[in-house]
Formats: sequence, structure tokens, C-alpha cells
Amino acid sequence: MTDQITPDGLDERLSEILAAHQGLEGPLLPILHAVQAEWGHVPQASVPLIAKALNLSRAEVHGVVSFYHDFREAPVGTHVLRLCRAEACQAQGGAGIAELVKDRLGVDWHETTANGRVTLEPVYCLGLCACGPAAMIDETVCGGLTRERTLALLEELGA
Amino acid sequence: MKIWLSQDAAARALGADEVARALTAEAVQQGIELQLVRTGSRGMVWLEPMAEVEVDGVRHAFGPLAPGDAAALLAGTCDKGQGPTEEIPFFARQTRLTFARCGVIDPLSLDEYRAHGGFAALEKAREIGAEGVLSELTDSGLRGRGGAGFPAAIKWTTVAKAEADRKYIVCNADEGDSGTFADRMLMEGDPFTLIEGMAIAGLACGAAKGFIYIRSEYPDAIAILTEALRIARGGGLLDGFDLELRVGAGAYVCGEETSLLNSLEGKRGVVRAKPPLPALEGAFGKPTLVNNVLTLASVPAVITGGGKAYAGYGAGRSKGTMPIQIAGNVLRGGLFEAPFGMPLGQLVEEIGGGPRSGAPVKAVQVGGPLGAYFPPALFDTPFTYEDFDAAGGLIGHAGIVVFDDSADMVAQARFAMEFCAVESCGKCTPCRVGAVRGVETIDRIAAGDAAALPLLEDLCHTMKLGSLCALGGFTPYPVMSAVRHFPEEFQLAREAAE
Ligand SMILES: Cc1cc2nc3c(=O)[nH]c(=O)nc-3n(C[C@H](O)[C@H](O)[C@H](O)COP(=O)(O)O)c2cc1C
Ligand code: FES
Repeated sequence: MTDQITPDGLDERLSEILAAHQGLEGPLLPILHAVQAEWGHVPQASVPLIAKALNLSRAEVHGVVSFYHDFREAPVGTHVLRLCRAEACQAQGGAGIAELVKDRLGVDWHETTANGRVTLEPVYCLGLCACGPAAMIDETVCGGLTRERTLALLEELGA
Repeated sequence: MKIWLSQDAAARALGADEVARALTAEAVQQGIELQLVRTGSRGMVWLEPMAEVEVDGVRHAFGPLAPGDAAALLAGTCDKGQGPTEEIPFFARQTRLTFARCGVIDPLSLDEYRAHGGFAALEKAREIGAEGVLSELTDSGLRGRGGAGFPAAIKWTTVAKAEADRKYIVCNADEGDSGTFADRMLMEGDPFTLIEGMAIAGLACGAAKGFIYIRSEYPDAIAILTEALRIARGGGLLDGFDLELRVGAGAYVCGEETSLLNSLEGKRGVVRAKPPLPALEGAFGKPTLVNNVLTLASVPAVITGGGKAYAGYGAGRSKGTMPIQIAGNVLRGGLFEAPFGMPLGQLVEEIGGGPRSGAPVKAVQVGGPLGAYFPPALFDTPFTYEDFDAAGGLIGHAGIVVFDDSADMVAQARFAMEFCAVESCGKCTPCRVGAVRGVETIDRIAAGDAAALPLLEDLCHTMKLGSLCALGGFTPYPVMSAVRHFPEEFQLAREAAE
């Protein structure tokens, strides 16, 4: 496990998040999304508090966090670059773009660049299958990636 | 001057927002009063970013646009004109029932939605009541568009008849299959149609609460749906039916309905054994209707036009129209809604125009990562549930992914196993362990181990029969279709290593 630093003001902000979701049926996923939107990952210190509020065990909450690809247990880079690895993008040269990105960033899947700017994640389809290879930078979609366009995007990200 | 410009995620991925900014800036400069309406996509992705301008009362298409085209478009001198939008052959050959409004209207304008026939179905449903709705649905022959093709009327009737203090309508918007984007396009381009379809389902099944479970990979659709739901609630349109949006967290298997329900309840997205059927014991243990986005969004067209009219389209037991998604290495990729029955090859070659690379087609994968690879030799297969089944494949959510002759079928088979290993929920052994063994076995074949091919076949057999859900159960489709239709590649891998 990675060392975890408890973010400042976690208790207070988390209480607000928990209160805001209290009335929902099956509130755990919405809560985890809100937590990750706040801190970029799900801080370890939040798990017991979430568990207590929902009357679950820590293991149950941890089990959910670890099941889903989206939830991260450690902080990530300033930007998250999600590159599509699925079939329609493969058919359009996606693997070549992936190699280029990995090479340029000096990272493999799930890793963050040495300068902390970019985390590279695989994604399996973004629904942009008629205009691939496709990627998503944070929440912005990009399609029709050529080598030139990819390099320009990486440059903009300061990678 | 009025310009319609697509804001679909595919259009934005190709620069539509930059085009919008250029148009706005240029209009100010030229002193033109511009009314820029952002719409969904007309589905011709190869023309995106696409704008439309009215000429003599008819919308003409322009695209693919770059910011540099803004001045010419405003001046009426743009050389990227494609003629009247609805006369473009790709569009003219479609029958748009489910997607009738998509790309035409401002997705968040209730007035435009109404002006284009919106809410007529819900009003009719309130008149004819639950019985009337179920009877139209039965007549329509509408089958689930999420993959399994189960008759919608049977599921709806089961939920309607179930006795419970609470029932749910759940829309499956997890759309994880590669090569598919119809759910996304509809949610971004005409969200009220889905909302209307769900309200009708609530009425017919006696459910007061609905959830739309959408994948997190669709931020644009999430934003539009959130707004559409706010507008619908504000306008009192849902009339006691409460509808909530829930966002998934990046797990392909959560598209499987029981896994989706677990996820909705805040649990790990593991598959549940069936029975009990979700229709009787679904979300939070209550009777639940789970339908795909397209199934629910087709309901308004079925109710408005009548079930019998809907059943007049299609072929055999595959009734109505299917929003087919043409993707991958293809010249004209996009959404093509047509009655069931068009031969696969016609969709690929004539409609799609074959590979964008100009090379010949080697194979197309139909039905997502769990669908079979079809070689051109099978291109006469009509696009229906039954014909695809008979040809050793499935139509699934109707995505067609085109590969040209540079495709490496051994690598594609390996990927299918790799994907299954990454996405397995872990509950059953054939899927969890089988997929990992599958990758290893294909690596052995690629390395020239002749004994490994029969092992792969055995493994596929075990996965097919022993898996709890279609993730492990159908992964053999892409794998074995690659082996069956391209035996020489698996053979060559051996010879090359010898
Ligand atoms: C691994 C797996 C993934 C699936 N993904 C989806 C999906 O993304 N969307 C969907 O509507 N159905 C998906 N399904 C099918 C659902 O289990 C279910 O059949 C469907 O939601 C029922 O709705 P329908 O009858 O309207 O098709 C998937 C099934 C499996 C086995
Ligand atoms: S396969 Fe890459 S976006 Fe769909």
C-alpha cells in the first residue's frame, strides 16, 4: 500500500458529502464519485467514515472501491489521459498511438509521468468508435488521433 | 442567420466547439446576427463537425468543418456543402423511427421536442392505460436492443403483473461494447425520448421510480441528461414518476443486468445467479424492469405509430428498425437506422464504403467484444437476430467494427481473452481463470506450439458452458470465429515459429 496523507479538512467536507447523499437509495457509488471529485482519489482515511455512515464494514467499502476501475486509492497526475484500447480503435491504428504515447511519456498503463503532469489510463471504448483512435483528457474527448495531433496534445499537457 | 451545429461527443472530439467559437467570433466581425443552435448528431460521423444552414426552407449540410471555414459558411461561399442533409445517400436510405429527432432539434428544448411529436406517446399511453400500452408493445414485436433480444412485452408484462409495494424501471445506459455509440448519441441528441419511454414504462408496469444507469465514460451525455431531467421535473412532465441518474464507475460487466443492479445498490458489480429474474426480484429486491436505452427510446415511436405499424418493418422475428453503428476502419462511419434484414456486406461496403484505408476488408466484428468476427465470405448474412445466430454470431447492440487486411486475427483473439480477464467480475471460475489461461494459450499458439490449438478449443467450450453470464460465456465467439474463419493465421503462427 502507498503511504497516505489525510487531506486537510477531510472530516468536515466528507460530512457534507455524506449528508448530501443520505436520502438516496444505494448511496455508496454516488458518495465515492463525490469523494473522488473532491480529492482526485478516495483517501484511505475516508473509508471508515463512509462505512460508519452507511452502516457497512470497512472491508465492504474497500471491496467496492477496489472493484471499480474508476476509483483510485492513491493520488494521480494533474491530468488523466485515457486512451481507448478497444477493437474499433485498434482497427484505426490505436495500438500505434498507444505506443507513441507511452514512449513519449516514458510510462506504461496506469503510471504517472515523472513530473506528475499526466497519468495514462487505458479505457475500453469511449463511444467514439467511428472517429478513432479516441482519447479523453480529463473530461474532454478527442477523436481521429494522428501522430501529429497526439504529439501536440501531449505538448499542451506539459508532459 | 441560423446555423445548426452538432455538439455530439463525436463532433466535439473532432473540433466542433472550436468551429462554434470561430462562427461566433466571425459573425461579430461580419456584423451578422447569428443564431447558433447546438444539436445532437445526424449520425454521419465522417462529416463531423457538421453544420446545417437552411436554403429555401431545406436544411443543407456542410462538413467536415474546421474553424477556418467559419467565414465562408457565414458568407454562403463554403465549399464543403453536401447538399440537402436528408438527401445524402447514407441518410436517405435510413428509416428513422427511434432517431427521428436526433440531430434535428435542440436536445434540451421542450418546445422543439413537442413540435416534433414529443410527448404524444405519453399522452396516448395515459389514455389507453397499462393494458393498452402492453398490447401495443406485444403487437410491435419489439425486442431488447441491449444484446439478448428478449421480447420487451414479455418482460414488461411480468413486471406489471408482479405484486409489490414498490417497483423500479432501470435504463441500462452502460453501453460498453466497442463499436457502439447509439445510446450515447440518443442521450445527447434527444434525451426527452428516453425520458418519455421510461415514463411510459412506469405507467405500464406500475412503477413510480426509475434509474438511468450510465457509464462514467460519457461525461457529455451525463451533462445533457442531468439538465434534461431537471427540465422534465420542472415542467411537471413526469407526473409522479421519479427519475434519477446514476453514474457507473468503469466496469464493463456492470452492463450485465444483475451486475448493474448490484452496482446500483452500491455493491461490487458482481453477477447474480438467475433466477430470481430481475423482473420479479431486481433492484433492492423489488420487481424491476431493466431495458436498454434504445429499447426504451423506441417505445414512444411504437405507441405513437401503433405496434402493428412498427412490426411492419423488419424481417421474420426481427421486427422494426435497428440503429446500426458502423465503426472502425471505415470510410463512412456513423449511425444507420434501418429495418432489420439488410445484408451485412451491403452495410459494410455500400453504406459504409469499406475501409477508410482503401485496403480490402479482412473481417468485421459484430456485436461488441463478445461478438464474432465475420469474413467477407459471410457478407450475405441478413442483419437479423436469427440469421446472425445461424451464422455463428450475434448482433448484440448492433455495432459493426470494420478491419482492413492489416488486421492480425491471432492478436484479435488474444485481445478478446485479455479483455475478458480485465473485466471479469471474478465470481465464476470459467470466466475468471479461463480468460487468463486463454491469453497464455494463444501466446503459445503464436509461439508455434501446435498442441495448444485443441487446448484453446477445449477452454472455449468450458467457458461457454460453465460461465455464469455472457462475459465468459460469449468470449469464445470472437476467439473461435477468428480460428474458424482464419485458420491459416493460427497455422502460420505455428509454421513461422518452426
Ligand atoms: C457482459 C455483459 C455486458 C452487457 N452490457 C450491456 C450494456 O452495456 N447495455 C445493455 O443494454 N445491455 C447490456 N447487456 C445485456 C443486459 O444484461 C440485459 O440483457 C439488457 O440490459 C436487457 O435490456 P433489453 O432487453 O432492453 O436489451 C450486457 C450483458 C453482458 C453479459
Ligand atoms: S472503440 Fe475506441 S471509442 Fe469505441
